[in-house]
Order: sequence, then C-alpha cells, then structure tokens
Amino acid sequence: MALTADQVRWVAHLARLELTDGQIEVMARQLSAVIDYVDQLQQVDTEGVEPLAHPFLLHNVFRSDESAPSLPVDEALANAPDRRGDFYSVPAVLE
Amino acid sequence: MIPIERTAGELSALLARGEFSAEELASAFLERIRTHDAKVCAFLHVDEARVLEQARAVDAKRRQGKPLGALAGIPIALKDVLCTAGQPTTCGSKILTRFVPPYDAHVVSRLKEADAVLLGKTNLDEFAMGSSTENSAYHITRNPWDLERIPGGSSGGSVAAVAVSEAPLALGTDTGGSIRQPAGLCGVVGMKPTYGRVSRFGLVAFASSLDQIGPIAHDVSDAALLLEVIAGHDARDTTSVASPVPSYSRVIDQPMKPLTIGVAREHFGAGLDPEVEKHVRVALGVYERLGAKLREISLPNNPYAVATYYIVATAEASSNLARYDGVHYGHRAEKFADLIDMYCRSRGEGFGDEVKRRIMLGTYVLSSGYKDAYYLKALKVRRLIKEDFDKAFAGCDVIMGPGSPTAAFKIGEKVADPLAMYLADIYTISCNLAGLPGISIPCGFTGSGLPVGLQILAPPFEEEKLLRVARMHERETDWHTRRPKL
Repeated sequence: MALTADQVRWVAHLARLELTDGQIEVMARQLSAVIDYVDQLQQVDTEGVEPLAHPFLLHNVFRSDESAPSLPVDEALANAPDRRGDFYSVPAVLE
Repeated sequence: MIPIERTAGELSALLARGEFSAEELASAFLERIRTHDAKVCAFLHVDEARVLEQARAVDAKRRQGKPLGALAGIPIALKDVLCTAGQPTTCGSKILTRFVPPYDAHVVSRLKEADAVLLGKTNLDEFAMGSSTENSAYHITRNPWDLERIPGGSSGGSVAAVAVSEAPLALGTDTGGSIRQPAGLCGVVGMKPTYGRVSRFGLVAFASSLDQIGPIAHDVSDAALLLEVIAGHDARDTTSVASPVPSYSRVIDQPMKPLTIGVAREHFGAGLDPEVEKHVRVALGVYERLGAKLREISLPNNPYAVATYYIVATAEASSNLARYDGVHYGHRAEKFADLIDMYCRSRGEGFGDEVKRRIMLGTYVLSSGYKDAYYLKALKVRRLIKEDFDKAFAGCDVIMGPGSPTAAFKIGEKVADPLAMYLADIYTISCNLAGLPGISIPCGFTGSGLPVGLQILAPPFEEEKLLRVARMHERETDWHTRRPKL
C-alpha cells in the first residue's frame, strides 16, 4: 500500500516531527516499501491466537510505600535546556 | 610489551602474578586506541585521565591486599546507550550531544563493583537502530578486517574495539541482533542473554520488550566471566528476573553430553551466501565429531520475523522516544512558535533519518484505524514465532545456524535501501521476539578474509548450556585466536 504525502504529514504531526517537503517525499517512498513488506503478515492465519506483547508472563511488581532518597532536584534538572528555579521551563501553553 | 591481544582471562592472570600493573595495562590500551582508532573509529569518548585514575585505584587495592573483584584492572568498553554518571551518553544521536547522565546504569555499577576499568563509550547506530553502525550522528565505524566494510550493528563500535584489541571486553545491546550480527561480522564472541537476565536500568530504551545487554569478548570463557558480573536481579528493572546466576565461568569447560542440535531449514534458505553456509556446515561437523546429533527442525514462522519485528520494535520505539521533547534533557530548537512547534522542531533537528523513519513507522502502525491490522497482528505472529521455538526445543538442546546471511558488506552499500538493511537481521531477530538467549562465535573466514559467525540459540535462562556448547567448538578450533592486522 502506497502512503501519500498527506498521510506522511499526518503521521509526522502525530509523532511531533518536523519534516521538510523533501523528507516527506522520500519518507513516503521508503515507508511504503516497508509497509508493503510487512503486509505479508496478513497471509498468516492468526485465528484464535492471543497477542504476545512480551516474551514471558509478567506480573505486577509492587514495592512497599516507603519514602527513600531520590535524585536531587539540581541533578535532575542539570540536563534541562531551560529551567526556572526548581522547575522545567517550557514556552507558554495558555495565553 | 604488554600482550593486549590476549583474552581478559589471560590478562587477569598476568595482573594477579604482577607481570604488569593495571595502570600499565590501561596505558597500553589507551596507546592502542591512539594508534588504531583513527582508522577503525570504534570509540566516541575516551577520558584518559579518568581511565588511569580507575586503574591506579585497583593497583592500590591490590598492593594493600584488599579483596578484588572478578574483573580487577580489566579495561572494558561500553556501548554509548549505557548511562555513565558524569560521562557523556549520546546514543550516537545529536539530540543527546550534551547529555550527561546523573546516574550509572545497573551494569555499569556492577562493573565498578567488579573493579573493572571503564575505558570509554563506543559508537553505534543512533539509538541502536541499524545493522551497520553507519547511522551514527558522529562517525562511521569500520570493520577491522577490511576498513572498506561495515562492522555490523548496532553495537559496531563495541565489537570493532574488541576485534582490533582496543579493549579486551565490551558491552553491547541486542534488540534484533545488534550484538550477535556484528560479533559474527568482526570475528569475536557476542552474546544476547535471555530477556530479563540482565537489568536494563540505565540502558536508554529502544524497544523495551526486546532490548537486552550482553557481553562481547575474544572467547567464550571471557563472555561467561562478563555475563556472571552483569547478570542478576535488580529491583529497578521490574522485568529483571530473580532466579540465581550460576557460575558460568566455572562450568564452561564441561562439554554437553548427550547433545542434540536443531538445524532449521528456514536458516538455510534463499539469500544465504554459499560461503557462509559452508563454514556453518563445517562447524556443525565439528559438533558431530564430538558426538552431537543433528536433528532437522522447522521454524515455519521464522520467515515472518523481520516483518513482525519492524512493527513491534518501531511501535515501542515511537513511544520510548517520545521522551525527547526538548524539555527534560537533550536538544531544544532555538526558534519556535509555540510548545508543539518546539517539540516538532527540536525532534526534527535532533534525530537522524533512520530514527525518524522508525518513529514514523511505529506511529503509523499504532495510529487509529491501523493498530489492529499491523500492531495487533504482529503481536499474534510474535506468539506463533515463540511457539515454534517451544516446539523445536522439545526435540533438541540448542539450535544452530548462520548469524547473518552474508559476511560484512561494503560501507554505503545498503544505506539508500532501508528494507535491504533490515533483511541483514533475518537470522537474529526471532530470538529477541521469543526472548531467548543466543550467541555468535567465530567459525571461519571467507576467501576474501572476512569472518563468519555461527549462531547458537538456547531455551530461556539456559545460558549455562549455551556457553558450554559454544565452548565445545572453541576448544576444537582456533578461529577465535585470529586477530586483524591493520
């Protein structure tokens, strides 16, 4: 199935990725080839097969609800591109 | 002269006998990196002062008669997806150029406790997405056996570093073959443990249900030693398993008898290079002479593994890589209109082409209207692939075959064709989907002098069996003792 440039633009929006028009064109071609390839899975009879999201049976793991030392604020914020005081700083969300 | 081409086990014995100090050993490897890495480009960061400081600390401990860890004074290279406190961790991506983790990955803590000397961080395909190490934002790593060829990937830097003796040991990560495939292409031993055997805490996530950290070494004994150090439960990774870690290195020389080897016809199909097949068949013959029985098995859904993987892995990646938002850490664009635009531009500028492709594919297969047809369908086929292995292992101890369909290909050969690149992983990928342990060991060279790897797979948590079986071949052959000459 061929992906159109508009579909690629929509997916890029969902993925929060800025792509140039040139990149969108190349991406449409390359993704279409991969989608064509993965479409072979439609031939596999999976009637009654349960999906397997994880190789082994997983159980929830709980820890006791006790406070313990965690990363100091300064260390946690050390890599932030922008900070104000003890907070991450982002562009205004509301006017 | 310090014999840097020797194995970690041998170097350890020489250190213990006082033939040289850990500082002298570390200096010898730093010198090797200075003389060889301009050609191979295995490393991204080496902090020489810090390397020597660690080595001197081990020497001091030894002088004072303090107890020493299992890897005392042994240098080790780390794939740059493993967090190292206070040291850069870039994942081969521009988006993390200036990122310095505030903590160590669990495996890094384990190595420090074992008194290993951390040499530096190695190159990789950006976020471990690739099969050739050509997708790094920093540089291309070259195969030490032929500098015009790729080392494989994504752990190409770690594998090339060991192959060219810039480090006696390294850690890599394997999501679809990223340890085993390059190990085979560079003539070293590379192992992917069972999913859950090694804690992923501090491993930058690519596909969380597939990623595992594993050892890269000159021989199987060294791989066993290193696995022993990094394996075991860690409360910070809830998928890490609590079962005890056997002393792999102690039992390594006990051959498996009787031994039944499964040989899957799907591993010898179209696309397999005849020269690679020949060496793998010769290796199977070595086992037969040791008394092993070969049994033909079938993994009927294996041909669907690559398609399944590129849905499951990209879906997980698109979610995991959402964290690079220009807010918490990593690159933020300088110019933007609003918050959403800041996300889009930061990610557009920071990620390379292959990472963008995979995020796009993963987002598409999870998007409304397509999720059932792609993602859910792939998870169902994933179960069939796992059940194939369950059935096969009912009739054999291990499965053997080629680690990749060809020897190392030329740099640039597959860059323009992502699908052709994905098919380089055709024999390694199903192991990750099923969570199995697997190893690649050297089993010969092509006529043009390129290494060929034998892949061995075992049932979950049977690393001990896997290593013992791998060691049987190593004792009968000398492929693992060959070293490239630059």
